[in-house]
Amino acid sequence: MNISITGVNKAFESRIRLGIMSALAVNDKLDFNTLKEFLDVTDGNLASHLTALEKLDYIMVNKQFIGKKPNTSYAATGIGKKAFAHHLTALEQLIRGVIE
Amino acid sequence: MKEKQDYIRDIAKVRSMMERSSKFLSLSGFACIMAGIYALGGAYIAYKVFGFNSNGIGYGAPGSADLSGELIKVIFLATLVLFLALGTAIFLSSRKAAKRGEKLWNPATKLVLINMAVPLIVGGLLILVMISRGLVGLVAPMSLIFYGLALYNASQFTYEEVRSLGLIQIVLGLLGAYFVSYGLLFWAIGLGVAHIVYGIYMHYRYER
Repeated sequence: MNISITGVNKAFESRIRLGIMSALAVNDKLDFNTLKEFLDVTDGNLASHLTALEKLDYIMVNKQFIGKKPNTSYAATGIGKKAFAHHLTALEQLIRGVIE
Repeated sequence: MKEKQDYIRDIAKVRSMMERSSKFLSLSGFACIMAGIYALGGAYIAYKVFGFNSNGIGYGAPGSADLSGELIKVIFLATLVLFLALGTAIFLSSRKAAKRGEKLWNPATKLVLINMAVPLIVGGLLILVMISRGLVGLVAPMSLIFYGLALYNASQFTYEEVRSLGLIQIVLGLLGAYFVSYGLLFWAIGLGVAHIVYGIYMHYRYER
């Protein structure tokens, strides 16, 4: 994990990764296409950010078939939720100027 | 190193993404206004043209499924109003969703529909039972009560004002159940006037 002295998590520096975690924080699970629609990004772009979050164990991937179509859904892990909450707290403190 | 402005934008992004991905925000205020107008039109036709107004809870002896021609016409009219309102809502909402660069069908839409479905289906079945038992006077207030419960139940996944609209429908439904002879009037106020007022409010608040 790469966390700066201010508590800001480098993993969430990208707006897309931040968006993924925000959407997964309020939804139990979301599939690839729904995420793509919410974030308005290309397939490749979204996939690479999802892989990065998966490598950090921040999200879980669940692959299954709906009929004959493959369907991949994503959910935030406990570690991911915690990291995201810490990151938000750090952002709030930075904005309030608690840590200069 | 990011600037303070960037962090503020990050927080804003988080908030809007959470809201967008968990709340159904595509319902068009104009669709509400149209639903209200259909309901008022339907109530007027039922009252003036068919002379439908229940003076008591029963309609004929209880238990005798007395489905007279007038009653069937009113049921047909009510169904027509329902489908007109639903059709308009789906059409206008998908247009609004497209304008916002979203699809109408997303996880939040699903949550709203599931949470509305339970009270609506229970209410609908109960109303069918009541019609078959001749308890026609309670049909209008019951439809208001169960519609109100459905709105209240679904309000956590959409605009928070939907909760107040739900409560208004429930109160009007209860009043209509007590003052049975004014059932149709309360129905017209709830599904007609309240929808129009709510639609205008939503239009000015969120769509301009």
